Amino acid sequence: MLHIFCPHCGELRSEEEFHAAGQAHIPRPLDPSACTDEQWGDYLFFRDNPRGLHHELWIHAAGCRQYFNATRDTVTYEILETYPIGARPQARAQENVPQLAVTGQGEKV
Amino acid sequence: MSAINVYPQRPETDARAESPLHHADLPSLVGKGRKNPGVTLREKKFLGHLTLRGNAHDPAFVSGVQQALGLELPVALTVVASGETSLQWMGPDEWLLIVPGGEELAAEQKLREALDGQHIQVVNVSGGQTLLELSGPRVREVLMKSTSYDVHPNNFPVGKAVGTVFAKSQLVIRRTGEDTWELLIRRSFSDYWWLWLQDACAEHGLSIAS
Repeated sequence: MLHIFCPHCGELRSEEEFHAAGQAHIPRPLDPSACTDEQWGDYLFFRDNPRGLHHELWIHAAGCRQYFNATRDTVTYEILETYPIGARPQARAQENVPQLAVTGQGEKV
Repeated sequence: MSAINVYPQRPETDARAESPLHHADLPSLVGKGRKNPGVTLREKKFLGHLTLRGNAHDPAFVSGVQQALGLELPVALTVVASGETSLQWMGPDEWLLIVPGGEELAAEQKLREALDGQHIQVVNVSGGQTLLELSGPRVREVLMKSTSYDVHPNNFPVGKAVGTVFAKSQLVIRRTGEDTWELLIRRSFSDYWWLWLQDACAEHGLSIAS
């Protein structure tokens, strides 16, 4: 069984207390009505499926019930780090840098 | 005060109240069972449970809570108590206040007064959950076979409280004394926990306290 570090509880907890909630760092367009159908469709439905490092959203469902981000290697399942939402990840894959600074998008993701 | 409707949710008099384990008829089981029970179960029923949310980084919130309750806001994974009143950390912006039955309205009003104008939330959740107190020399062994969380005294000192997976479901474990633990359970799960605890405590001997 994996032990995952919850940044809110501040300790390692058993994997069964957590749920993965998909890809992290998906900025919501600030003005959805200005998006083209393609942009909105990309935002809503299209997710990365990398081989290697992946930034993911997890929830400590049975503990403090808070969301946080994790960087996980999809090949080895190694979790390199967990960090609160709004923080920048330390470990990043080259092709998988979160696009935080795009103009017109929310920042705290 | 804000426009929030605060009203007594507990019936004043003569209303029939049933605790979550009413159907188990625990009072009739008091005094039965083994002579030297390893585990003693007590249902702490009809207490006032209030969920408090706010910003722990705001000094005004921290001092307001202290002023209203006389308890300091607990840090992560801890519970602080004074008499029958306890305040527990549930998450980075969420706490659970448990007061003796009947005092929840006064506590809520005091909190709202002390935190007036702040971005906070106080919700009475008394009807939704209850406390089971387990005491005795074998409680830790019952916990060990129910949860994957480490309940060794090195990792679980008195005053710690964690939400975790327990017997395939979820609850909050609080350690209130050397041999005294509390389980904070949801009302709708109470029968499941009652059945589970009877089975898990069978080898150690279970007795019921009123």
